[in-house]
Amino acid sequence: MVTEYTTINEIAGPLVLLNNVKHATYEELVEVELPNGEQRRGKVLEVDHDKVLIQLFEGTRGVDVKETKVRFLGKGLELSVSPDILGRIFNGLGTPIDDGPKIIPEKRLDINGIPINPYARVYPEEFIQTGISAIDGLNTLVRGQKLPIFSGFGLPHSELAAQIARQATVPGSESSFAIVFAAMGITFEEANYFIRDFQETGAMERVVLFINLANDPTVERIATPRAALTAAEYLAFERGMHVLVIMTDMTNYCEALREVSVARKEIPGRRGYPGYLYTDLATIYERAGLLKGEKEGEVLEGSITQIPILSMPDDDKTHPIPDLTGYITEGQIILDRNLHHKGIYPPIDVLPSLSRLRDKGIGEGRTREDHSEVANQLFSSYARSKEVEELAVVLGEAALTDTDKAFMAFGKSFEAKFVKQALDENRTIEETLGIGWELLKSIPETEIKRIKDEYIEKYLPRKERENKEKSDDSSSL
Amino acid sequence: MGTGKIVKVAGPLIVAEGIEDARMFEVAKVSENELIGEIIELHGDQAYIQVYEDTSGLGPGEKVVTTGQSLSIDLGPGLLQSIYDGIQRPLNTIYEKVGHYITKGVNVPGLDREKRWEFKPEEGLKEGQEIEAGDFLGKVQETKLMIHKIMVPPDIKKGKLKKAPEKGSYTIEEVIAEIETENGIKEVRMVHNWPVRTPRPIKRKLVPDKPLVTGQRVIDSLFPIAKGGTATIPGPFGAGKTVVQHQLAKWSNADIIVYIGCGERGNEMTDVLQEFPELIDPASGQPLMERTVLIANTSNMPVAAREASVYTGITIAEYFRDMGYSVAVLADSTSRWAEAMREMSGRLEEMPGEEGYPAYLPSRIADFYERAGRTICLGSDGRKGSLSVVGAVSPPGGDLSDPVVQATLKVVKVFWALEDQLAFERHFPAIGWLSSYSLYHNNLTDYFRDEIDKDWEKLRTAVMSLLQKESELKELVRLVGLDSLSDNDRMVLETSKSIREDFLHQSAFDPEDEYTKLSKQYRMLKAIMNLHLLCEKAIERNIPLEKLLELPVRQKIARMRHIKEDKLEEFDVMDQEMNSQIEEHSANSMFSDS
Repeated sequence: MVTEYTTINEIAGPLVLLNNVKHATYEELVEVELPNGEQRRGKVLEVDHDKVLIQLFEGTRGVDVKETKVRFLGKGLELSVSPDILGRIFNGLGTPIDDGPKIIPEKRLDINGIPINPYARVYPEEFIQTGISAIDGLNTLVRGQKLPIFSGFGLPHSELAAQIARQATVPGSESSFAIVFAAMGITFEEANYFIRDFQETGAMERVVLFINLANDPTVERIATPRAALTAAEYLAFERGMHVLVIMTDMTNYCEALREVSVARKEIPGRRGYPGYLYTDLATIYERAGLLKGEKEGEVLEGSITQIPILSMPDDDKTHPIPDLTGYITEGQIILDRNLHHKGIYPPIDVLPSLSRLRDKGIGEGRTREDHSEVANQLFSSYARSKEVEELAVVLGEAALTDTDKAFMAFGKSFEAKFVKQALDENRTIEETLGIGWELLKSIPETEIKRIKDEYIEKYLPRKERENKEKSDDSSSL
Repeated sequence: MGTGKIVKVAGPLIVAEGIEDARMFEVAKVSENELIGEIIELHGDQAYIQVYEDTSGLGPGEKVVTTGQSLSIDLGPGLLQSIYDGIQRPLNTIYEKVGHYITKGVNVPGLDREKRWEFKPEEGLKEGQEIEAGDFLGKVQETKLMIHKIMVPPDIKKGKLKKAPEKGSYTIEEVIAEIETENGIKEVRMVHNWPVRTPRPIKRKLVPDKPLVTGQRVIDSLFPIAKGGTATIPGPFGAGKTVVQHQLAKWSNADIIVYIGCGERGNEMTDVLQEFPELIDPASGQPLMERTVLIANTSNMPVAAREASVYTGITIAEYFRDMGYSVAVLADSTSRWAEAMREMSGRLEEMPGEEGYPAYLPSRIADFYERAGRTICLGSDGRKGSLSVVGAVSPPGGDLSDPVVQATLKVVKVFWALEDQLAFERHFPAIGWLSSYSLYHNNLTDYFRDEIDKDWEKLRTAVMSLLQKESELKELVRLVGLDSLSDNDRMVLETSKSIREDFLHQSAFDPEDEYTKLSKQYRMLKAIMNLHLLCEKAIERNIPLEKLLELPVRQKIARMRHIKEDKLEEFDVMDQEMNSQIEEHSANSMFSDS
């Protein structure tokens, strides 16, 4: 029973107001036919008696009051899924845009998804080795986590995300990750960087791409991450795959949301973003994790790990988008402009970065027994080196004590040896921890307070230390 | 009960027309799916209803039925070990019924109606005797850890016991007693219903006088919260609010814990669910889960139910307090609750106050925290119970001028300020020692003096003033360098560092370190301060500072967190070593002087 209406009353921005509508429902999908025969899609934002407010995903250009027809489809926006979606490219609404064959749907899923019952979740604690020391060693990613990259304009977040996608493995597990990639409002070149990278590494056959570029309709971006996560949920929880979802750039997504909110004349929250931004972002980020299996104590095969990328306007971490994201995601990887200028790739500022799931994903049986303590020691020593550096700026290096000088040297080599690595350098966790111990040699042993004696004995041989002190060379650092 | 029809749908808010005698805060069932909603505004015959479930697919014309009841929950045996959503639907039952996802319109009761409980009547109850609200009728061993007292519900104010309860196994809906009141005979069941927005009545409030011992050193020693007190823990993301809340849930010495996960991460609730059944309460040897009730309305669950979740949680807590227990409510995070209020307020097109929050935000927050307290409970025995509330706040960018933080600080007595910088250094708990405060010191002085040591208060003050001095000296060092400080000042820096690193820093992931008893906390602080005093005296005797900084006993202090609770005599050994090591130097220096 599809009724067609030509009762458009008002058009403003991406919104259309319709009169005299019967039987429209909230969040219903509509199809709009323009006078020239073009078809567009939209969804119902509000129903008030017989008036219906609709948001058009592809914008309102060319829509008129007289002739444009609107049809209500009686369902929400759906994505057709089947195993054949792997290797394919879709637009932001989930329509294929490569030249491949039509997807014969195994089922159609509402892209809004349904909230996962917290009781049905399994706590993620399987270590993912990304091969990047600053992540593996200090801000460890685990399977089923949502860990965003907070970046800024001109920083190499795309390179980092692509490297993670290339290198991510779970040690001791054969299956490699399927990748769902959602591009929101990024440029053709950025998107192309990922596509080329997937093609070159032969990963393409386990990748699904949802592409909404900077010149594609803005409002379509609101649907893009949802379509992508619907695909991810299907692959993970119905096909048993481990899925890595990369979403870039969440800032563009939020701006699209703001555009609609402003057009609706809603009362704005901070910086003009709608008051429900937190809730809205949560409905995206919370679609990650692991689920319980059939029997008690079992884990359902498959997982969703999210790596959203967002650019912080003006590198400001307190801007509403990174701020609200940080409150929902399980940590954040923060890229730093100063490190980037120093030529350090990846320019990860480890101190404000955080992985909330780290402590249960590492240690004996997962990575190595000393991992947690080494990481904490590296954190506090690096923090100390930053303090000393500040002091040196004011007082001059000459005024520093020997201990302070040792910390300063530690800080420099930490950045140069631990954080810095090549774009194609894939370090095992043992290599990462090894570098960490190597660096800790340069600070006095009495200052190593976060590590148990037995690990110091085991991993930091005293003899070697003493020899080193005698030869007193900083060049080996 | 009335029936009406939907005329408008806007997100979680719907408007229905034509309901006769709709009342404010009455619960309504919306559409064929019977989605649960609550009337929050009335205009003529239009009722504005906030719906606790996803409203997509709703449209004008669908029916709305009011229930004649306020939003209320079941109180009775079966609450403990449960995990509920914001309106007391058990998430485990939902999981068994519909699987991994929370679909719409799942109707499940808050408490199991089939389960039979072994009921033991209160001794000495006689038919015909006077009885009043809150009096015990009997008890049920709900978990191995907890006894659930069955009380005369508050709405039966006074009466005569017509039918005394008998021993036996009952479901919660079977009648266990009858009471003759002015308004006729009332049947009493083990379960009763209570509207969540109405505080449960008490006889009167008392001043809190005992600490809620948490085992967290920075909290217990420097900024304690009293049983029946209120505290807030605001901080930016990543500063460790949730970890502190989890530690309190695990280790605080309350009888019952109600943990409200309000608009937070799904995995955090899973963490609690997986971890608590495995954690053993040191006092009783039973899993901690047996004293815990969880309310989980995660961030992706409907926003209106999030608003209700804090009320659901505190009502359950009040119910256990009424039994005479000490209860702690941990709400993480009240900002999400405030945001849910803001969202509904926006949909109602109310005039916004600060930052878009409704103008009634401060009064709602105050009402919530005022439900805490140490009280004389209903019942003729005059028993005492306490309800402590710790609310996390998540201000945008960690900015404490946020309206939710400010409204909260107005009413709570303890402020634990989480600091970004400490978190970056991985100094946890990242509670800043200079900006935090507790207003319970005066109430608790007697307890600490009698139970721990007579000079507790003196020790705490000395530590606080050292830390204060440290921050002043650090300013100075930044300008003129360390060398220009006197030996005494250098020693202040050294001791403060020891307080920070060896005492305040506490790992939540190290089983030996995550809980410290008060007696050990006292010994740890005392050791640091003893050494400080000895060193100060040694400086007067011209013992070189370098020697004092290299004392081997400092290594021991750095490791004293690993001293076992039952081996506190090791502290005595340490005290002696301090003395002898310093004496050694003083002997040496005298020797070299001559």
